[in-house]
Amino acid sequence: MVGSSVPRVLATVLLAKPAFQHVLDNLSQSGFQLIGPTVRDGTVILAPIRKVGEFPVGWALVQKPGSSRLVQNHSTEYFSCTVGAHSWKPYLFPPRFDLLTAHRNGNGWVFEPCLDDSPPFAFIGVRSCDLHAIANLDDVFINGNIRDPHYARRREHAFILAVNCNSAVSTCFCTSMNSGPRVHTGFDLALTELPDSFVIEIGSEAGSNVLAGTDWQPASAFDVGRVAQIAQRTERQIQRQVSTSDLPKLLYDTIDHPYWDAIAERCLSCANCTMVCPTCFCSTVEDHSELTGTKTKRTRVWDSCFILDFSHVHGGNSRPTIKSRFRQWMTHKLAAWIDQFGRSGCVGCGRCIAWCPVGIDITEELSKMRSLGAR
Amino acid sequence: MSTTAILERLDKVDPMLPYTATIRAIRTEAYGISTFSLEYNDPAAPMGFAPGQFNMISLPGFGEVAISICSDPNAPRMMEHTIRYAGSVTRAIGRLRVGDAVGMRGPYGNPWPMELAAGKDLMIVSGGIGLAPLRPVILEALHRRSRFGRVLVLYGGRTPQDLLYTTEFEKWQEGGIEMYVSVDRADETWKGQVGVIPMAFYRTRLDHRNTLVFSCGPEIMMRFVIYEAMARRVPKEAIYVSMERNMKCAVGFCGHCQLGPVFICKQGPIFRFAEVESFFGREEF
Repeated sequence: MVGSSVPRVLATVLLAKPAFQHVLDNLSQSGFQLIGPTVRDGTVILAPIRKVGEFPVGWALVQKPGSSRLVQNHSTEYFSCTVGAHSWKPYLFPPRFDLLTAHRNGNGWVFEPCLDDSPPFAFIGVRSCDLHAIANLDDVFINGNIRDPHYARRREHAFILAVNCNSAVSTCFCTSMNSGPRVHTGFDLALTELPDSFVIEIGSEAGSNVLAGTDWQPASAFDVGRVAQIAQRTERQIQRQVSTSDLPKLLYDTIDHPYWDAIAERCLSCANCTMVCPTCFCSTVEDHSELTGTKTKRTRVWDSCFILDFSHVHGGNSRPTIKSRFRQWMTHKLAAWIDQFGRSGCVGCGRCIAWCPVGIDITEELSKMRSLGAR
Repeated sequence: MSTTAILERLDKVDPMLPYTATIRAIRTEAYGISTFSLEYNDPAAPMGFAPGQFNMISLPGFGEVAISICSDPNAPRMMEHTIRYAGSVTRAIGRLRVGDAVGMRGPYGNPWPMELAAGKDLMIVSGGIGLAPLRPVILEALHRRSRFGRVLVLYGGRTPQDLLYTTEFEKWQEGGIEMYVSVDRADETWKGQVGVIPMAFYRTRLDHRNTLVFSCGPEIMMRFVIYEAMARRVPKEAIYVSMERNMKCAVGFCGHCQLGPVFICKQGPIFRFAEVESFFGREEF
């Protein structure tokens, strides 16, 4: 009987929708804390979930520059709601993370690492743009010469259940950044949602094992064809396009262009874009001492290149104006990142566009810079 | 310490975790500037550094700062750090005494290319506290004087009181190092030159085919040093500069020290000028 065994890696299977809870239960029983999309506080966030009933069924996020609105629709799909303000970043690289404690010992100090007691996470519903974003974070924290052991631990223990988007919103531009909407690699399981079933691609041994005991069946050629159709349909929905050709050069050549001043007139330097960005990784450290003065905790906290203090050195600040900070963010994301890591720091998720309080649109500004720079 | 050995240690332990180090000596250099001799308590702590590298020095409750190692790389056990009391962490370090402990981790960063300087003339141009990361170069050159051609030190400070390591200048000169020291503003005690340090280029000759220029100081000073060196046909591949930006981690995680395509902690702080030319001196970049 098919359902009693597990599918092989790289196989594609079909799973009836009601059986999906079984997959979640298998993950929970394997010790994973499930993190998935759910409606809370008037929006869709990524939070601990247990049941399929917690998915944002019947809701959609309508997003445009400076706006993200949760509206009801008649959809019965679990994963039709696209990305909200949350990415998976907070679970891999927490906004506040205790690095170490220092205890006073006579004249001296003893430094001890803090223990991270988070359970392994199963990320439910990772879209292609966000998979690419995780690969970007991997470049920063584990693929370089020096590994961050905290990130590495969370990342290596994470189970990734990816989802092929079956719809797009106006802020999506993954096709321009070559990062979606179809999921290709870096997952344990990749789902495509059909009205009454899921087509599931098996990406790893762990993914295969999670299907044990669920009534999966081998996918037919028709099912596989449906996956391609849905990917094509989603791709057609993506209206936002931006040319990425020759990007580092374009932005480096326009560093002194007066148009940066025009953007700075609108930018509030609020750092929202960097908080919602799934790839922004800047952090600072804070020391917190107990009143006795004998124990200090050092905490790593998200930081942003939009914060005035960010580039402070003795004698001054190297980016005192909003113009210089916005320019730093955009040129890092779209140009310097390519020099540093060999890929773009932007994955086209559109979060910075929707969550910018004044609706600054990175694709529009890039196109504008291209047309101005060309002159 | 070899890069492999550093990487091995960092792989085994948290790269953000400092070792405890004890202050063995404090020497006042100038008003608000002192040199701290620091020694790791733990014998397993990394030993050895190359000229131009820096350590992250921690004072729990205040934070961490990147400070260049300014001592002799041939005596790596005791590392000296010249610290100007500029911010909250450095001011708190300034209140410590001999015997007190701090946290320290390192060494980090890309060093001055000493091996490329072998057989060549070495021109060291620095301003103010910028002499600190170049002092290991000078001490190394004194140790192995015959490996280098001429060694020139062009050093400038705002006033005679702001100059570092002045008690050592005589010894350096006796060791075969040509010194050109000047100050921006002299007082009645000053017998030397007055003027900004790039002007010292006019008082010496250099062989542009066989000279490496190492420079560290305020960016505005380095800009003119580069200008004067290139005006004397020194190729930009032979000019090295030490860059400074805010740093929180020193290992490429925190993002603070980005300068265009580079992270100063990883690819720097020492850069061949040709590598950073397009970003050097760009206003607010």
